[in-house]
Amino acid sequence: MAVNIFSKQVRHLKVGIVGIGHGKFGNRSDATVQELAFEPFKQAIEDTKNLRREDIDALVVGSVPEYHMQRSLPGVVAEYVGMNPQSTWLTEAACGSGSAAIRTAYMAIKSGMHDIVAVIGVQKMRELSTEEILALMGRVGDVQWESIFGTTFPGYYALYANRHMHEFGTTKEQMALVAVKNHHYGSMNPNAFFQKEVSLERVICSDDVAFPVNVLDCCANADGAACVIMTNETLAKKFVDTPIWFTGLGSASAQMSVLRRPNLVEIPSAIEAAKQAYVQSGIKASDIQVAEVHDCFTIAEIMAYENLGFCAKGKGGKFIEEKQSYIGGSTPVNVDGGLKAKGHPVGATGVSMTTEIVKQLRGDAGKRQVSGAEIGLTHNVGGIGQYTFVHILRR
Amino acid sequence: MPFKYFGKINFTPYTKVDKFADYLHEGKLMGTQCTKCGERYFPPRADCLACMSDSVEWVEYSGEGTLLSFTKIYIAPKGFEDIAPYILGVVDLKEGGRLISWIKDIPDEEIKMDMPVKVVPRIFEEIEEIKLYYTIEKP
Repeated sequence: MAVNIFSKQVRHLKVGIVGIGHGKFGNRSDATVQELAFEPFKQAIEDTKNLRREDIDALVVGSVPEYHMQRSLPGVVAEYVGMNPQSTWLTEAACGSGSAAIRTAYMAIKSGMHDIVAVIGVQKMRELSTEEILALMGRVGDVQWESIFGTTFPGYYALYANRHMHEFGTTKEQMALVAVKNHHYGSMNPNAFFQKEVSLERVICSDDVAFPVNVLDCCANADGAACVIMTNETLAKKFVDTPIWFTGLGSASAQMSVLRRPNLVEIPSAIEAAKQAYVQSGIKASDIQVAEVHDCFTIAEIMAYENLGFCAKGKGGKFIEEKQSYIGGSTPVNVDGGLKAKGHPVGATGVSMTTEIVKQLRGDAGKRQVSGAEIGLTHNVGGIGQYTFVHILRR
Repeated sequence: MPFKYFGKINFTPYTKVDKFADYLHEGKLMGTQCTKCGERYFPPRADCLACMSDSVEWVEYSGEGTLLSFTKIYIAPKGFEDIAPYILGVVDLKEGGRLISWIKDIPDEEIKMDMPVKVVPRIFEEIEEIKLYYTIEKP
């Protein structure tokens, strides 16, 4: 394609999604990282009416490079999926890498630099041992002043959970109810790592990881990939009958170190990103009909309800207790199982969330369809809140 | 006293605030203060976040503070398995700033949110190599 971008007038055009693909998440020791990437890429092309691979003029890969033996991921992925010689690059924002890739693709299309962009979120985490992953993830805190004491990723969210329990009376039972809900919906998702229901008792009695976080309060490290194909309004109708449009893309950062955060009961980057996305879309939190939020730990979903404005600050525990985040409640959340049931291949997660919202807004979500949903939201948090991307999509 | 001696495992041997380790070895908990705008930092910074001055001086902290949050780590990362389970606390320091460290010699049931605590400079005695750290203890 590579036309003269300076002559193009495209900035007034909406940007939307015309194709989605989602591979099986879980223990994928059957495939290399590029083989994982191929699965949703092929599906996403086949999901469109008649888009050809050669119509795609750039590939953005969302991934966290430290997990792979293979260095420089876009190179190997672009070659394997057959995108050479088109432009390709990596975006990294820890567990928010997938949504960061989507944001980059949006910018590329909106600017007129590219017309049709494929985004692949992909991660193969299980090349490393659990101890190595814990050490690696613990280093997403400040390594100079925190990691030297053996901090871990669950440990950081445990610090949030404990403080949230203290300030607002949130309980371990309420946190466990998030796991119960997400595994309930995960049991209906064939791409999820875990497709079985869990009971409240089982979550509460599961092994301690970092008090007050038990093992079933945590999402699982996983391998997997997801893909979306994005383009502008003029081209979109050629490739799909129901494009799903981006109406707001909020993005914000927060201090790397919890030692410099204003408090330990909220994710400030999420609050800021949500505010931006709502303003850009001209809507309020109560207009969201289905949401995908970053439930890396059960407390993270409770904080997400609050930070996104689905309920008041401190009321997240009550929100799940009253089943407000179930289908039929005020804002159904993670009805594909969330990170909890799907597993969390970090770079793939934001793209996976986006594919679910697209399905919901198309009315293609089957048993877990939120009836009549027209406005959806994704909330993808990187690290322990250093980055948050909040995207609002509309049918 | 190079900064590499700070921590059970040190990931950042080179830093502009490496004198922190010298002070800790002398039993002092030190932060920095901007000579231009007076802003104080713990953990210490070499460059002022508020006014962007690169001129800071060392100031001593009392180590007194309150417990903002805590967790007990059962599943430890590589290099810390030998001391697990351990309790990590986050302390809001009296003079401002915050730190994270191990809570030492306080029974689990006595650890409470917002309780007054004292941060004490320590040296690992059971390890031959010099390893400096600090702990969160009863005042």
